[in-house]
Amino acid sequence: MDIRIRGLAKDFGDFPALHGLDLDIRSGELLALLGPSGSGKTTLLRVLAGLEQPSAGRVLFGEEDASATPVRERRVGFVFQHYALFRHMTVAENIAFGLTSRRKSERPSRAEIARRVADLLDLVQLPTLAKRYPSQLSGGQRQRVALARALAVEPRVLFLDEPFGALDAQVRKDLRKWLRDIHDRTGYTTVFVTHDQDEALELADRVVVLNKGRIEQIGTPDEIYDAPASPFVFDFIGDASRIPVTVEHGRVAIGGRRLDLGVDLAGAGAATLFVRPQHWRLGETGLAGTVGATRRHGTARRVDLTLDGAGPVEIDLAPEITVAAGDRLTLTPARWRIFFEDGRSIGGSLDAAPGTTRAFG
Amino acid sequence: MATGETFPLDPPRPRALPVPPPIGETAMARRLLVAAAVLFLALILALPLAGVFTEGLRKGWGAWLAAFADPDARAAIRLTLLVAAISVPANLVFGVAAAWAITRFSFPGRNLLVTLIDLPFSVSPVVSGLVFVLLFGANGLVGPFLKAQGIQVIFAVPGLVLATIFVTFPFVARELIPIMQAQGAADEEAALTLGASGWTIFTRVTLPNIKWGLLYGVLLCNARAMGEFGAVSVVSGHIRGLTNTVPLQVEILYNEYDFVGAFAIASALAVLALVTLVLKTFLEWRYGDELARSARH
Repeated sequence: MDIRIRGLAKDFGDFPALHGLDLDIRSGELLALLGPSGSGKTTLLRVLAGLEQPSAGRVLFGEEDASATPVRERRVGFVFQHYALFRHMTVAENIAFGLTSRRKSERPSRAEIARRVADLLDLVQLPTLAKRYPSQLSGGQRQRVALARALAVEPRVLFLDEPFGALDAQVRKDLRKWLRDIHDRTGYTTVFVTHDQDEALELADRVVVLNKGRIEQIGTPDEIYDAPASPFVFDFIGDASRIPVTVEHGRVAIGGRRLDLGVDLAGAGAATLFVRPQHWRLGETGLAGTVGATRRHGTARRVDLTLDGAGPVEIDLAPEITVAAGDRLTLTPARWRIFFEDGRSIGGSLDAAPGTTRAFG
Repeated sequence: MATGETFPLDPPRPRALPVPPPIGETAMARRLLVAAAVLFLALILALPLAGVFTEGLRKGWGAWLAAFADPDARAAIRLTLLVAAISVPANLVFGVAAAWAITRFSFPGRNLLVTLIDLPFSVSPVVSGLVFVLLFGANGLVGPFLKAQGIQVIFAVPGLVLATIFVTFPFVARELIPIMQAQGAADEEAALTLGASGWTIFTRVTLPNIKWGLLYGVLLCNARAMGEFGAVSVVSGHIRGLTNTVPLQVEILYNEYDFVGAFAIASALAVLALVTLVLKTFLEWRYGDELARSARH
């Protein structure tokens, strides 16, 4: 089931939560809606599911205009952040709810319902917990039951609202793999909301980055990470330092010092250079700076460096390289992207081929 | 390898010195406070309650039972049961509807509605009764019109029911609103996405989630409906055997110096109060977490 969103807007009173979004969700894909809180990602999901009415625009499920279909008839599976399991029902009763609450003429037989529940419990790897109550389950188990319950009615698409948001780090990681596995086995078109960039990049086929009710970028995890379309995306996905620069005659200057990026830039004026901490290279030439604080950061050593004439940046060094506060370093950005004030951007990499710089985007 | 040294496994610990509690008072002050509270309760609650029973039983069980054999007393009990049987279910429905509207929708005037629900608690019951007299009395706004249709409200059962509903309206709604607010709408939304109809959601999801709070509210509502005096007194008209409820009957007997009769019937109301109290305590003990529910599931 592919979903097309056209000019979708949603206001809460005077507050515009979504500003006329266009988005195509492909059949069978696993799509992440990623953004900070207040970006409108949950609102978008709830509008898609029919739990909120859009103020303007249309949602098409295939060829059918879903905007006119009430939630009950939309056949969507929705998984809530806090599970929303029915606490007075057993796991099996929860999963069967969508089937047992159907009118008699449409309800499968008891045996059929029991078989479906057993199958789903197998799918979510909880075959022995049918008789338990939600309060007797761990958070991860509850979320699995919630997913099984949503799948029981054979929805046309699956929506998950911050599905792992309430779980601790290890369970989150396990459930990510598990969800990816379930998605690959069942093939449901799945849209999930998250504020966790790792979760979005690791799990999704495509990521939609939202900010203040607008789509900043749509792309594969690689595209989002390697070629962020806006300063917001660069900041939000991964770490990055922003360095104010001026561009003149195709050359970049930082605080009055020329920086050779090995490429002629079309454009002139004030701009912002973005570099990720792991994309700096120490060398004999380039920018100079003074080391401030250092700390261990995963597999690297992260250094706060004050660039001469430009201000603070963060760089990652191999942990074997020891530096101390006050040391002087010379370095060049090996991968970078410059955003001009008019929104245009250009990125480049020294790694594309030895001795050459390839500009892209 | 022995080192030649031995260590005592459990070195003698220095005796704990008497330390004042981190917050609060000395033992003496605590005992004084507890004693004051107990004394106060004994004087204000236990003693009068015991008085009701001893006075009612002063002439023995025979006289106590005789008080209930009186036709007027029986009529009063029947009337009280009838009024409660109408007003409690009515308030159950109104209360659930009001709590639903307030917690599930946002609409203009929502806060005003929340405030209005509390009105019966803040207004004197006598005033509540008078409002109904103003509306439905012989010189009231709609009284003459209804009278022309042959409908008597004041000094009749409808007036008693209306006054009782008014006075006891907040109990169910006030108990449900915080519960439903804390639970949020996610359960119902989940049921909705699973294709359940509105009625199915109400009976299979909402009602089970609020049942103990609802029972608690109904219990308090019933106790007040049967015991209400002020508002009912104004609209009743005190017609013996017809519009006297149990509390009004008690007052009449008392004013006629029939102390045994008055206290015998009053003791029935006291028993009702005690049963309510026990049930209420049981509910709070057994389902306390669901009555004052936090957001946990």
